[in-house]
Amino acid sequence: MSPMALAWQQFRFERKLFWRNPSAAFFNFVLPLLLLVLTATAFSTESDELEVLIPGIAGMGVLATTFTALSFNLTMLRDEGVLKRIRGTPMPAGAYLAGFIGSATLNAVLQVAMVVTIGNLVYGVDWPQDPLLLIGFTLLGVVCFAALGVAFSHAIPNEESAPAYTNAIFLPLIFISGVFYSADDLPEALKAIAEALPLKHLIDGLSAAIVGGGGDTGTAALVVAAWAAAGLFLAVRFFRWE
Amino acid sequence: MAAAAIEVRDLRKDYGPIEAVRGVSFEVERGEVFGLLGPNGAGKTTTVEILEGYRRRSAGEVSVLGHDPAERDRELHQRIGIVLQSCGFYPHVTVREAVEHFAKAYDHPRDAGETIDLVGLGEKADARTKSLSGGQRRRLDLALALVGDPELIFLDEPTTGFDPAARRTAWGVVRALKELGKTVLLTTHYLDEAQELADRVAIVKEGRIVAEGPPDQLGPGTSRYRVSYLSDGRRVEHQTDDPTELLHRLTRDALARGERLEGLEVTRPTLEEVYLELTAEADSI
Repeated sequence: MSPMALAWQQFRFERKLFWRNPSAAFFNFVLPLLLLVLTATAFSTESDELEVLIPGIAGMGVLATTFTALSFNLTMLRDEGVLKRIRGTPMPAGAYLAGFIGSATLNAVLQVAMVVTIGNLVYGVDWPQDPLLLIGFTLLGVVCFAALGVAFSHAIPNEESAPAYTNAIFLPLIFISGVFYSADDLPEALKAIAEALPLKHLIDGLSAAIVGGGGDTGTAALVVAAWAAAGLFLAVRFFRWE
Repeated sequence: MAAAAIEVRDLRKDYGPIEAVRGVSFEVERGEVFGLLGPNGAGKTTTVEILEGYRRRSAGEVSVLGHDPAERDRELHQRIGIVLQSCGFYPHVTVREAVEHFAKAYDHPRDAGETIDLVGLGEKADARTKSLSGGQRRRLDLALALVGDPELIFLDEPTTGFDPAARRTAWGVVRALKELGKTVLLTTHYLDEAQELADRVAIVKEGRIVAEGPPDQLGPGTSRYRVSYLSDGRRVEHQTDDPTELLHRLTRDALARGERLEGLEVTRPTLEEVYLELTAEADSI
């Protein structure tokens, strides 16, 4: 089989693995949607609050399905020796990783689509104002957080500590990046941290695309792209098969 | 006749100041089962992982089926099968799905069902990999290494942790591979395993080969046969190259004295004794 065909086979295999793992399916799909519905029901009675929440949860979904899932899964596969086993076969490294990361990408795209759909059907938020910009920011976010997830897996010492490491990034990041409330309301120090990190900028971009939120999409795209470049460099430079 | 399956000349591997492999040379002929035998930490796994393309050597020459494994040529990986010491599976797939998936990377794979039967996992073909016992997981390791129908198979301590019955089964698989004309490089710290399976054995100690040859011919030249008997309840032992002459003398003398040689035994040193003797010698150098 050609490397392309092998990447496709790996992708299909990863989809099968994903749906057979109930906790992965829960954390990737059910949890973000649950948070959306609970937060919207409890706090967001005003439409402008929903206009913060929908892009925020979409951004969180990209983070969970790429950064968290990839760093966690890669650590497990490395720790269990699955990566080493694959390394001993004729499967090209690029084809394997393309299938593996491609599956996470599909999860991210599905997640954004579900959040936008629920936002429209349940909460009456308009359909995205700029679908092309939405696709662009979703894919940019996927590249950025997938690369950072692979890079971060290098820093996680073993499978047992993976949940602690990923949550140590995930939880603070979603609270300062404007997932549940506008990041503009944060104290200056936290706002400065959020400005330096990519999630807030991804959410700004998604906000502009979905609800026409004001914000500099050019700056947002640049910051996410810069983190993507750094993540790609670190992911490739320090990749370990065992 | 084609060149040897594996040629290793003066192989060295350093990890910083630690020399894991200190000048190892050996050849494995096609169709041969070759055993690297030695205690843990002797450098067996490092040597094998260099041949498999996982590690880069510090010095020396290595050829595996005519390839330099350090170049990680896909064509070489099409022709070899690797059983690593400990290696996980995807937990949520069945044995059959795992074998079928790994088969896809090979140009000329063996039939998945046939491979599963070959390693004796037929009854577990539809079980999830996470439900397998230790011995069954090791058989799946073997199935995944064999599904590409490789010419050369690396087995790194294939039966560690097996119960005796599972070891017998695994040994049967290795013999079946030999009958199929495959070349096998086996590492083990079980002496009986090397004795049972290998056509030739190299004993590795502290990164060097201290002895090499067919297992029944390995041994220090002076103590090849041991003759012992009981005299007044005490075991008397002689070592000799020529047991015929010694036995003749012993039995003649005993008959002359009107005694029986109680508990007479003529034994060759087991590989274990050779192994212990050789590794002890290496210590004193």
